[in-house]
Amino acid sequence: MSGEVVFAGFGGQGILLAGRVLAQAAVTEEKNVTFFPSYGGEIRGGTANCTVIVSDKRIDSPVTSRPEAAVVFNNPSLDKYEAAIAPEGLLLVNSSMVNRNTERTDLRVIYLPANDMAHELGDERVVNMIMLGGYAQTCGAVSLDSLKQALLKFFGEKRASIIEMNERALDAGASASS
Amino acid sequence: MESELVSGNEALGYGAITAGCKYYFGYPITPQNEVPEFMSREMPKAGGIFVQAESEVAAINMIYGAACAGKRALITSSSTGISLMQEGISALAAAQLPCVVVNVMREGPGGGGIGPSQLDYLQATKGGGHGGYIKMVLAPSTVQEIFDLMQTSFYLADKYRLVILMLTDAILGQMLEPIEMKRIPEGDLPPKDWATTGHKNQREPRMIPILLKGYTPINYFQAYQDEAAELNSLLQKEELRFEETTTEDAEYLLVAYGSTARIARSAIEQARGEGIKVGMMRPITLFPFPYQRTKELVSAAGKTLVVEASGGQMIEDVRLAAEGQGDISFYGKVGTVFTPIDIYDEIVKLAS
Amino acid sequence: MEAAAKTKVFGKPDTLTGVPYYYCPGCGHSLIHRLVCEVIDEFGMAGDTVAIFGVGCSCVSYPFFNLDWIYTLHGRAPAVATGFKRSMPDTLVFTYQGDGDLGSIGIAEIIHAAHRGEKFTTIFVNNANYGMTGGQMAPTTLEGQITTTTPEGRDPAHCGSPLKISEMLATIDGAKYVARQSVHDYKSLVATRKSIKKAFEVQLAGEGFSIVEILSQCPTNWKIEPVDSCAWIEENMMPVFPLGILKDESGG
Repeated sequence: MSGEVVFAGFGGQGILLAGRVLAQAAVTEEKNVTFFPSYGGEIRGGTANCTVIVSDKRIDSPVTSRPEAAVVFNNPSLDKYEAAIAPEGLLLVNSSMVNRNTERTDLRVIYLPANDMAHELGDERVVNMIMLGGYAQTCGAVSLDSLKQALLKFFGEKRASIIEMNERALDAGASASS
Repeated sequence: MESELVSGNEALGYGAITAGCKYYFGYPITPQNEVPEFMSREMPKAGGIFVQAESEVAAINMIYGAACAGKRALITSSSTGISLMQEGISALAAAQLPCVVVNVMREGPGGGGIGPSQLDYLQATKGGGHGGYIKMVLAPSTVQEIFDLMQTSFYLADKYRLVILMLTDAILGQMLEPIEMKRIPEGDLPPKDWATTGHKNQREPRMIPILLKGYTPINYFQAYQDEAAELNSLLQKEELRFEETTTEDAEYLLVAYGSTARIARSAIEQARGEGIKVGMMRPITLFPFPYQRTKELVSAAGKTLVVEASGGQMIEDVRLAAEGQGDISFYGKVGTVFTPIDIYDEIVKLAS
Repeated sequence: MEAAAKTKVFGKPDTLTGVPYYYCPGCGHSLIHRLVCEVIDEFGMAGDTVAIFGVGCSCVSYPFFNLDWIYTLHGRAPAVATGFKRSMPDTLVFTYQGDGDLGSIGIAEIIHAAHRGEKFTTIFVNNANYGMTGGQMAPTTLEGQITTTTPEGRDPAHCGSPLKISEMLATIDGAKYVARQSVHDYKSLVATRKSIKKAFEVQLAGEGFSIVEILSQCPTNWKIEPVDSCAWIEENMMPVFPLGILKDESGG
């Protein structure tokens, strides 16, 4: 499986971490991957985004103007990426933060109330993993198991409770999307 | 070998440590802060030294000190900081001290901005500092290539007693890619019988710059120029590196380097899919520039498009290479990142 | 007459090559070179010493020393010494810098080398002007002193007053030994030699940064006779730049 996805939202929503965990999971599966964070002009206005491309082939450009998927965490990100998604692509929306539906009719769209779900899980910080779990489940670019393995790389074995919470968030996002 | 997911900036550090570099001197500047942060953590583990200098001016002179001792030393910075180092780079070149300098290019003249660009090509390849010296300039386009070329850079620096400047940019520095960290075997190197490490009462005292010895001020700088010219010819013969993409039957030729080249490759794939016979020359050594091969490719293609994240700098070398032949135009963009579609659209224009 | 047994009572130190100095008549550099070399001889360390010279009159001094020798850019000797000493911790390293090189263009490098407690020694020659370039104003030029860029004399109203660099460096934790000496008479030569020795000892013990400022004659640019230049130091420089050990935290 391959996939091109943009994660976009406010700085502080864990956008870049979601992208990095996805990229690390792809490495675990011995796939080619590039992760490119928002940079320079794009970072202004308080938005953060990153592009992750997973492929079995060599990846040339780490950026794309027509991503196959977008995972948006707030209104400005929906406004910015809605039109850019490739035809019949995938859109995941954090409906806790986004107050409108997409106008695109060709897309596969999943609305996840990720902030509310995170609140129920008991940790507001795992919004990003809920959305990532939803993306992985829907797109299949990497497996949930690989994502969980990737968490170890970022949090280390000592922080078992944090890892467990993030694993639960991945699972919650995945099951709400299937 | 297992792949590790690392950023281009971290790959600079991993490559240097793998090449046996134990001395890194740095000063914070975006977008290369990951390098001093990485080195402050990893250098001590590798038995090396990290010093956060008080300025880029001091940092480049610390490299000078370590290089005088015959040690492999690295410095990284970004555009503005590299400008501050130019006097030092000139001095390193004058003293024929091997070392590796990396410019993770940011945008604009003056203080500039932190966005990506390729605006320092001319500074890198045509001098930068004063006084007529040469150095090698290498331009990787993937994180793996950064890691590999970093090792090669140390080898070339020692082989030719040259300053090696690696040009990357904010895109390559910030992006993550999995890489394999293999040690690249090196060829034989000449002994560093010029290093000023103390004479141990066993030899004549040495001085750096060593070339001053045996010359008078009257013939020294002419001799330096003669030597630089000779070395330039040798590098043209021995050390050219470039990569061609579908040039065999290309009617349209792109010339691009670094991050721009890898984005252009996606555009080329799309255009090829639609029957447009487009290829690319990607110089990896920007100095020495692959003039001869570029000339052949420009002559063979109907039209050539030079693509750079600048207002047009490498195009000067492409025109020099072409010696008046071919139909050469330019496409550039600064501040925002090229997407494959941008370049694809230009290829379509070229072909219509 | 009985053949007298000849005993050598005075000669040049081995660390000096004996190449005749080509400094101006009455210049203090040759005295300072000699004192540094005497101390290196005393330590028996010529084979493990590296001299790092800044830009100034002394940057053409390499033929005088039986030492490995590095020439640096203007003001940057402390940065070069940092890079060198960090990679060669067992060598005895000294920078040799004038007041323009160290006190003006290289002030950041000397402050931060002291600040990091770099384990090398600086020999700082203060002759109150830029000697090599023909006698322009230095940060250490005295108030009212005529130089080629203060033709009416240094006016503190717009040129500032003499910068007391050693006093400034003595405030820095990483600087473990800071002294100001002179080479204008025999007594001062003895004191200077002692300070150089102490500064090298601080370095060799790995205690931190050490510096010896040395007031030095420049009769050519001061436009006075060599003999008068010695008195000039005592009468004009020493009131502004008092001699002595400004800081000694060695052995602590």
